Amino acid sequence: MNKRIYMDHAATTPVDPEVLEVMIPLFTTEYGNPSSIHHWGQRSEYILHSSRETISKSLNCETDEIIFTSSGTESDNLALRGIALEAYHRNKNNHMIISSIEHPAIMNTAHDLKTKYGFELTILPVNQYGLVEPHDLANAIKENTILVSIMYANNEIGVIQPISKLSEITKASNILFHTDAVQAAGQLILDVKSLGVDLMSISGHKFYGPKGIGALYIKRNIPFRSTQTGGSQENGLRAGTENVPLIAGMAKALEISMSRYKDDTIKMTQLRNLLIDTILQEIPDCYITGHKKQRLPNNASFVFDNIDGNELIMNLDIYDIAASSGSACKIGNPEPSIVLQAIGLSSNLSLGSLRLSIGRNTNQDQVNYVITMLPKIISKMRGTP
Amino acid sequence: MTKKIAVGMSGGVDSSVAAALLKNQGYDVFGIMLRLWSEPGQSTNGQNRCCSPESITRARQVAAMLDIPFYVLDAKNVFHESVVSFFIDKYSSGVTPNPCLECNKNIRWGHLLEKSLAMGASHLATGHYARVDKRGDKWFLLRGSDQNKDQSYALSMIGQKELKHTLFPIGKYTKNKIRDLAKQFDLPVAERQESQDLCFLADRNYRRFMHQYAPKSMKPGPITNSKGEKIGDHKGLPLYTIGQRKGIGISAKEPLYVLEKNMSTNTLIVDKHSKLGKNHLSVNKVNWISGDPIHKNFRAKVQLRYTARAISAWILPKNDKELNIKLDKPINDITPGQAAVFYQNDSCLGGGIIIT
Ligand SMILES: Cc1ncc(COP(=O)(O)O)c(C=O)c1O
Repeated sequence: MNKRIYMDHAATTPVDPEVLEVMIPLFTTEYGNPSSIHHWGQRSEYILHSSRETISKSLNCETDEIIFTSSGTESDNLALRGIALEAYHRNKNNHMIISSIEHPAIMNTAHDLKTKYGFELTILPVNQYGLVEPHDLANAIKENTILVSIMYANNEIGVIQPISKLSEITKASNILFHTDAVQAAGQLILDVKSLGVDLMSISGHKFYGPKGIGALYIKRNIPFRSTQTGGSQENGLRAGTENVPLIAGMAKALEISMSRYKDDTIKMTQLRNLLIDTILQEIPDCYITGHKKQRLPNNASFVFDNIDGNELIMNLDIYDIAASSGSACKIGNPEPSIVLQAIGLSSNLSLGSLRLSIGRNTNQDQVNYVITMLPKIISKMRGTP
Repeated sequence: MTKKIAVGMSGGVDSSVAAALLKNQGYDVFGIMLRLWSEPGQSTNGQNRCCSPESITRARQVAAMLDIPFYVLDAKNVFHESVVSFFIDKYSSGVTPNPCLECNKNIRWGHLLEKSLAMGASHLATGHYARVDKRGDKWFLLRGSDQNKDQSYALSMIGQKELKHTLFPIGKYTKNKIRDLAKQFDLPVAERQESQDLCFLADRNYRRFMHQYAPKSMKPGPITNSKGEKIGDHKGLPLYTIGQRKGIGISAKEPLYVLEKNMSTNTLIVDKHSKLGKNHLSVNKVNWISGDPIHKNFRAKVQLRYTARAISAWILPKNDKELNIKLDKPINDITPGQAAVFYQNDSCLGGGIIIT
């Protein structure tokens, strides 16, 4: 048995064996280019289209509204830049709104559009739980607002935004709404209609699919322009030969996740609550980050007084527990997490964060090991006996 | 349980072989590297030469090849406080500090050792050419077996508490042997710059650095000869070192050398080569490796610079922390701020900082 315990599923997940099985022949035997006219091309196109169908079913949208990309990051870039580029050509509206706890894929893209291309940018505050207040969004909307991008669930603190409530506000003013659902996919309902979103990003490796593959939902007929030139793949919106094996793998992974998500949610929520409750009880000067209930079933996140998050991760690794910290950085250059500062924590406290993210295969024994070891490690690091 | 050992890794061949040797001996080894402060700057991209992204990547690759964990610890603030500020203060006060000694004392055998022990290690190992030996109940610091590579000088400020938790796995080998071992272990034999001295400067130009970071200490003043006659002007005493010939800026029949820097009168004293040379020096902040100061006069070999040859001398202790040294032969470049380190045979007894 592998005694290492993986509690970093928010960073990435293992590929499900069934997913792997679907992918392998697509590398070796059914390797055609979906654009080709012959037998191989037709088989690949069939697989590509079936995958698109699977994903569109999970998202409750049309197949031509799904664009495959190389990652969650590319989906986020394409969403913001595609909307921005079209707006630029129409030469009028140019204001965007994002939240202050977005992933860098959104945050840095929005900053890039602002600093290099002159877009106006509003960054919405969040409350102490990391939630965007609907009235803040309503107040931020201007005449020239074209797009709001607010993530569905946060990668660091797991907080889930009230997307349908927020998108109602933009709908009333005819403003497009994008959500980064990279963390949510596989754990939450992805129905774009009930969420009321016009664009949504997902990424395969967060729900037991392969890395390096993502998708962007783009609602039909919204003003959007391709940002990449080349062939006419993906409705002309994303040039480049489709990565059929990974696309099929991602589709299979999403299908599996959707079929079992109720059971997984019950199991993970219970283990997550055990983690949160025990850690808060056992460890002094420790606080939960994010919302107690409105959070991803797999995410337990904390900050500790008087602890360096980077060193905490190293110490946990020494004890065979894989976790992460908002401030952790492999090159020893810790910066306080933007997300934790946005929810009002001091930069000192923000440097002492821990994210434990469980997965569908995490078991009770593993959780028990973590909740016995963590208090010991923390008190050793604090130098308290 | 197998002993856990932290290895300070630099990405260079020495520390890589050190890690491999320990791993082969069956220890539970993990690699560790410190992220140190560096002057923001173009040429180095604001990266300290001791822990540039390339060296981090190299160390990480080596650790992965050896199948050991590898971590990078942030030490920018402590390094700045105890090494960079020290460097600026000392230069400003007219002496020529040795930041590597300070770093070994406060950072490697301070911060890093402390963190390593806290992570469950019993020892910190490094790729230094030096040896530790336990004799009776005392820990000895010995020169590395490769005389040309010995680094004990820079380690002379540590003590029993540190040595007890220290391993130098490559100290008993020669550099050539280490290169062979690296090949045997299939490790890359990347050479680091021989000296990472002043690793935190953007451009290795300490004079420029001092101008920028301690402009107030750069007060122009008179240059005199040893008789006290003014013969020119200097641009700030921190810019000169004892024994220096080039860059004094005075043309004379015979080349002139820096003899002394008088901080109280802000005077630079220079003269002909024949005036150089001293065989008396006084030393303070003495560290005794054994933890037991010697009070009687004794014979020892003294090394006055990292790369200098050791010379025979009398050590004349004044008290636990201060002593005088009488060299058998005069030396031209005795430099206040550098360490005087004493040896008997292979054993480093300790060292102190040269005052005059
Ligand atoms: C919220 C969020 N958005 C975007 C991304 C980027 O996805 P990818 O790793 O596929 O580029 C991640 C993953 O780290 C994420 O958590």
